[in-house]
Amino acid sequence: MRWLSRSYLALVYLLLYVPIVVLVVFSFNDSRTGYNWGGLSLRWYESLFNNHAMVQAMWNSLWLALTAATVSTMIGALTAVALHRYRFRGKRVLNGMLFVVMMSPEIVLAISLLGLFLLLGLKLGYVSLLLAHVTFCLPFVVITVLARLAGFDERLPEAARDLGASDFTMTRTVLIPVIMPALMAGWLLGFTLSMDDVVVSTFVSGPSYEILPLRIYSMVRVGLKPEVNALGTLLLVFSLVMLMVSQWILSRSKQ
Amino acid sequence: MMRSIKQQPFRAVVLVLVWGWLLFLVLAPNMLVVGASVMTRDPSTFISLPLNLDAYRQLFNPLYLEVFLHSLYMAAMTTLICLLIGYPFAWALSRVEKRRQMLLIFLLIVPFWTNSLVRTYALKLILATNGLLNSALMSLGVIDEPAQLLYTEGAVIVGLVYLLLPFMILPLYSVFEDLRQDVLLASHDLGAGRFATFKNVVVPLTLPGALAGVMLVLLPAMGLFFVPDILGGSRNLLVGNVIKNQFLDARNWPFGAAASIVLTLTMALLMFAHRLSKRRLGEEGA
Repeated sequence: MRWLSRSYLALVYLLLYVPIVVLVVFSFNDSRTGYNWGGLSLRWYESLFNNHAMVQAMWNSLWLALTAATVSTMIGALTAVALHRYRFRGKRVLNGMLFVVMMSPEIVLAISLLGLFLLLGLKLGYVSLLLAHVTFCLPFVVITVLARLAGFDERLPEAARDLGASDFTMTRTVLIPVIMPALMAGWLLGFTLSMDDVVVSTFVSGPSYEILPLRIYSMVRVGLKPEVNALGTLLLVFSLVMLMVSQWILSRSKQ
Repeated sequence: MMRSIKQQPFRAVVLVLVWGWLLFLVLAPNMLVVGASVMTRDPSTFISLPLNLDAYRQLFNPLYLEVFLHSLYMAAMTTLICLLIGYPFAWALSRVEKRRQMLLIFLLIVPFWTNSLVRTYALKLILATNGLLNSALMSLGVIDEPAQLLYTEGAVIVGLVYLLLPFMILPLYSVFEDLRQDVLLASHDLGAGRFATFKNVVVPLTLPGALAGVMLVLLPAMGLFFVPDILGGSRNLLVGNVIKNQFLDARNWPFGAAASIVLTLTMALLMFAHRLSKRRLGEEGA
């Protein structure tokens, strides 16, 4: 029974990882056709970095993810603090709306934002992408920070206030240091969600600001492009590092 | 009211910011979609008056109805397969020693943090006519000539399962974590056999997790339009593809909006079922 459940776990992990391993291995494949092994080579990495539009899209994506993660962390953290500390009218509605944003199919969010931006006459590009990305990252940051606040000693802010600290001072000197790990984890999650998003970005981006996922999308729709293997491997390494940093921050904060 | 704003400027600023963001970028746009769905298609301004229900009627046009039902079928199959793989998986995972569990969960969320387009593309490398799976099967002598794996309904379902499986496993894992061993022992002591314990104890206690998983898989499985685009060819479309086409290519906003409202209603229904299952469990536990 025990070995059965162990081998079942192993089998599912194998299936989850086979495509990723194939991708990484094929990124070093010298063959043009993409299916046969033609020896080790870095030619796809080279052609990737010589592709000017691709490099530009990479920078655009990085900048978008950086700013979207930062803005959503700021707003999300403030929201979580408000939800945790204050009683106010409509608190349940606010909670519910965040939950709905998290659960709604991305495509529903995507078309509603497209409608809004066109109605307002906002030119589709960096700004529309930023607004959209912050919106879908927001609930994830709120949840991460709220989870951290759940274990927060309520006497600390009270003590700070008794000692004469204003709300602002208390937030700066007591609250923020306590929730720092959650802020970082939330930021990293937002960054990754933004880098990965295809569905929402397809609708709210314009030709003035091309981002990486859409560039990849247009490449992989037709045929096989070995450059995508190289790019995918780089993205994999990148997100692996991000994930490890985030886990490290969270586990260190628990001790 | 004024006094509280003066006393707590921080609180006031935060609440205005959050409410402003959500009303402007969530509530207003969604109202807009509802509005668009009952308006008339217009080539220059996208939508115009008069109000009517043509878009909803169009949903029942046999051509689209077929696409919707096919999409629903693929999403349902995806969800079922995820449940069948994920349920025993989550159970087995919750039985592993705590120290190893952390590593295993980490391994489970690595793919989730990896670009989903790239992972879908990786499946294409495996499923293509002269791809790895066909070559492997042929060299093993299972088949004589390459089978058509790519651009089929099966390929779309495989792609969706691959992308969405962690979303089924994680909520299930969390309910199995809460499933206490002594409850199972009690059931055994009261004379229940393995099957009776599973049916009467394990299944009801893990139902909220399963429903949460179903919700997290079924909805994206109808919306992730890039999966059929890469793996499915032109005949295996999702509702997401239809919505995308109506908004970006055919420029029929009312119809696209109506289709997306169907998705939203499905979500509402699932959320309701999830709440109901949790509440029932709460009452029985009390």
